[in-house]
Amino acid sequence: MIIGHRKPLEEILQMVEPFDKIALIGCKGCVAVCAAGGEKEVGILASALRLARKKDGREIEIKEVTLERQCDPEYIEEIEGFVHDYQAVLSIACGVGVQYMAERYKEIPALPGLNTDFMGGSEEQGVWVEKCQGCGNCVLHLTGGICPITRCSKSLLNGPCGGSSGGMCEINPEIACGWQLIVDRLESLGLLEKVYEQIMPYKDWTTSRDGGPRKIVREDMRE
Amino acid sequence: MKTASRLEKILESGTFAVTSECGPPRGADPQVIREKGELLKGSVDAINVTDNQTSVVRMSSIAACVILKEMGFEPIVQMTTRDRNRIALQSDLLGAAALGMNNLLCLSGDHQSFGDHPTSKNVYDIDSIQLIQTVHRMREEGKFINGEEIKTPPKFFIGAAANPFADPFAIRVPRLAKKAAAGVDFVQTQCIYNMDKFREWMKGIVDRGLHEKVKILAGVTPMKSVGMARYMKKSVPGMDVPDEIIQRLKDAGKGNAAKEGVKMCVEQMQELREMEGVAGVHIMAIEWEEKVPEMVKDAGLLPRPEG
Repeated sequence: MIIGHRKPLEEILQMVEPFDKIALIGCKGCVAVCAAGGEKEVGILASALRLARKKDGREIEIKEVTLERQCDPEYIEEIEGFVHDYQAVLSIACGVGVQYMAERYKEIPALPGLNTDFMGGSEEQGVWVEKCQGCGNCVLHLTGGICPITRCSKSLLNGPCGGSSGGMCEINPEIACGWQLIVDRLESLGLLEKVYEQIMPYKDWTTSRDGGPRKIVREDMRE
Repeated sequence: MKTASRLEKILESGTFAVTSECGPPRGADPQVIREKGELLKGSVDAINVTDNQTSVVRMSSIAACVILKEMGFEPIVQMTTRDRNRIALQSDLLGAAALGMNNLLCLSGDHQSFGDHPTSKNVYDIDSIQLIQTVHRMREEGKFINGEEIKTPPKFFIGAAANPFADPFAIRVPRLAKKAAAGVDFVQTQCIYNMDKFREWMKGIVDRGLHEKVKILAGVTPMKSVGMARYMKKSVPGMDVPDEIIQRLKDAGKGNAAKEGVKMCVEQMQELREMEGVAGVHIMAIEWEEKVPEMVKDAGLLPRPEG
């Protein structure tokens, strides 16, 4: 899923400073699962904003809504009935949702209430980690199911570098060395000798961000 | 001879080689490089110039190498894949060759979070092993990464780094084999303090005959103080400093640690010279270049071959 976390309240207050009437829109998708932008967080943020503005002597009216998803035009449409009564939309979906809001409601500013971080998953209660960078050309079958692009700080395809120490990455003693994980995994699969010394070829980055904004068209699904 | 490199010639002749390095200045003054070079005259066969080491902005390696070349040195250009994509890397390879450079050391580079611009983006379009392949293919096939022909291909003597002390240790020998397969001609190792572990690595190298394909230059750095030894042990990733080293510097007593550090380094070079498979030493006297001639002399490695 997409992992995000809420922007600092100060930054959000600064964004909504020109407005007295905003729609705060949450999302029941990924950001609800990672407890950043779901229904509960909509309520918490709305209260915090109201309280802060009240303290400032400039009350703010906030409409609280949480949509099924914000990455689908169908659900974005659901706020059409009331959104025009508000001066701005503060979306606490990921960056995708904010952009859907901006595209659909052209006269209303769409403000991001979250910082969208990465594609990842939950490691333990309250901890999320990055697992995939969406390079568009998966090599996990060659690297023991651990992604070198994401899990190595230098995205080395032929790692590890000389900074791998005690299983940890040189850039932060709390980040596991992706290549140590790959080597351990290949070893446990009995593939280390066979696989490790094969040189991974230059990566074609055209399927990644480097090829420009990406698009997938499934002709079989188009109407 | 594959290239016009003096280092290649020396290594091929079987002479125990001595290389050292110069960190370029954080400014545009060429005099700094000339002064550092002056200190190394007659003591070394080739000089590396680092490429924005520890991700701190410095004069470019190629430019500083040209200055050293003008002084009569054989420079080794260091090139990391951190800051340049395959377009810029290949362009700089052509440029370095056009300026008379014969040696190229392929590195992935320290992560930018260590440096003076930690908020920058990194590139890593390709990695160090792929850079070795690139330089090798340019020389042997006269082709760019995309397969197109190069009119006048650069012919570099190709180097890389090797760290026998990083983890996982199990792949440290296979990793050199991988670099050999990519086409590397020589490697310079991380600073060695743990001689037992280095010997174990070298045995793995010799057992596989890798030393016959790749010239191994053993890296050494004299310790200046107990504080430096402690810092290297604790804070430099991939560095293995055994406690005995720190103890010996301590035992030397106040004011004598630097002298002891130099002495230890000299002993080490003598030991490395006798070790099977070691083709030379690479002395990284960090901001202490003036000590290099004395150490080379005391290790019995003078005079250096002419040429």
